[in-house]
Amino acid sequence: MPATTADLTSALQQKFPQVSPRASLDHEAVDVPTADLLAILETLRDAHGFDMLTDVTAIDWAEGASPRFVAVYHLYSTANHSYIRVATPCTGTDEAPTVPSVTGLWPTANWHERETYDMFGITFTGHPDLRRILMWDGYPYYPLRKEFPLAGIETALPDPEVVAETGVTAKPAPMMGGPFVATCGEMNLTEAEPSAKDESWNENREKPEA
Amino acid sequence: MATEYAFPEAGAKTPPAEFETEKMSLSMGPSHPSTHGVLRLQMELDGEVVTSVDPVLGYLHRGDEKIAENMTYNQFVPYTDRLDYLAPLANNMAYAIAVERLANLEVPERCQAIRVITAELARISAHLMGLGAFGIDTGAWTVFMYTFTEREKLYKLFEELTGARFTTSYTRIGGVSRDVPEGWNDRVVAFCDQFLPILEEILSMLTRNKIFMDRTVGIGVITKEEAIAYGLTGPNLRGSGVPMDLRKDKPYSGYEKYDFDVPVGSTGDCYDRYLVRGEEMRQSVRIVKQAIKNFPTGDWYAKDARKIFAPPKSKIMSSMEELIQNFMIVTEGPQMPAGEVYFEAENPKGALGFYVVSKGGGVPWRLKIRSPSFCNLSILPKVCVGAMVSDVVSILGSLDFVMGECDR
Repeated sequence: MPATTADLTSALQQKFPQVSPRASLDHEAVDVPTADLLAILETLRDAHGFDMLTDVTAIDWAEGASPRFVAVYHLYSTANHSYIRVATPCTGTDEAPTVPSVTGLWPTANWHERETYDMFGITFTGHPDLRRILMWDGYPYYPLRKEFPLAGIETALPDPEVVAETGVTAKPAPMMGGPFVATCGEMNLTEAEPSAKDESWNENREKPEA
Repeated sequence: MATEYAFPEAGAKTPPAEFETEKMSLSMGPSHPSTHGVLRLQMELDGEVVTSVDPVLGYLHRGDEKIAENMTYNQFVPYTDRLDYLAPLANNMAYAIAVERLANLEVPERCQAIRVITAELARISAHLMGLGAFGIDTGAWTVFMYTFTEREKLYKLFEELTGARFTTSYTRIGGVSRDVPEGWNDRVVAFCDQFLPILEEILSMLTRNKIFMDRTVGIGVITKEEAIAYGLTGPNLRGSGVPMDLRKDKPYSGYEKYDFDVPVGSTGDCYDRYLVRGEEMRQSVRIVKQAIKNFPTGDWYAKDARKIFAPPKSKIMSSMEELIQNFMIVTEGPQMPAGEVYFEAENPKGALGFYVVSKGGGVPWRLKIRSPSFCNLSILPKVCVGAMVSDVVSILGSLDFVMGECDR
């Protein structure tokens, strides 16, 4: 793999000098500037045989990181049987990151980008139908952002009529002081052990109001 | 004075002017027998003809990717069972290989062979379910009874191997949770031998069935170019004539050692997708038989995975060092290097991908699950337009999706 992958990056760099290789443990990977994303993906599709867009997603590097949100595209070539990963930083603010939409190049990007918008709040400019896809319309949060708690946040149900009638809300997951996960890098192993970290509530005692 | 009307042809996108009617919106699902789970189709109909479809997803969204960021790599294995819950063994394997690529772990040949056998048995079981449900969708009840009988036999084998019939959680990072029981391989071969003639019987109930052919031939045609553009994978892509099979193209877990064919369709209609699934089961039996014939001896977990793989139970109970090692694995999780990998496995429904981003330590920073059902369903708004309502049922059955995987 190494010989051909280096060729691909340098071939790309000849046309787009802004492309830089990206650290990767498996496939060829490049970092590209947001402004050139569409042109580079189109070149990869038309000149290098990457005809299938298998995945679009994003990474949230947490508050304070710059850039905080990175959009990641995985392309596959059905002829050459190889993958390439293309990553681009999102522009805009941390609250409202944006990236150009690739729906014009691959129709499959439509749903992938809707999902990424739904989970991270990244706006794909030029997307024909940017609505939530997994969460319901009108849901106020972006669940895969790092500041969103695992248990969830209490919100109103999707249907206002039902809410008015019953007063029922979508409650955080009853995890009894969870999540029950290990703390990595903790030297005190008793602290590191997966256990209820918040003991102020349990089966018999309600979770205190936030 | 009677007026002469020309009836619109099936598949006509716009009816003749004299048939102009008011459009009707119909919500199919989320609890509908043909939507195989909790998919809802918000359709707009002109009489019997579908003019637009908006699939509504998310009824089974559990936030698996968020959960993955909050637990160690081995703790996430049971969650992979619940993606494509008709083939948990194949999901287990895909996830394990993705994390092993991150850890740069080589698993021994015996482990690879065990994984191949389980993944192919899972493929048979998933396709049996898919065919049975497709049969019901198109009005053939009997097929379901036959396929469920065979699936039951497979579940007995799974239970013997993993301790669970449905949610197997069989793999670990760097191996599998236990070796195959004594005589299990012989029972798998015995199953395969008796299964082949029954498979022929099952397929013969559909392949030349007049009703089934009327409802599937020429219905829901997806061209090669469309299939690739919409990111279809698995039998749905091969049904459209694209010979892409990751087991052949990017062999993993020793698939390059096995001799098998990749069936492809010619027109890309519902019938072709059915034929491809039928043939894939025959090929899976071939692979399983080859794997068992040359079943390697040796370890069934990676020896150099000491920080990852729990020591044998008997050692934990009797040796201090192993007890500490087990404790560290449970509390801190397997320690992974920083970096990112993307691995796709050829699952029964298509290419199941895991994109793992690690900052080091025992917990992934980001784990994206690329689910084949999600991508396969994204073509619905295109392929259903112009079809009759009853064709939509055939198309859904032929796409063979699982909402657990689609919604994650």
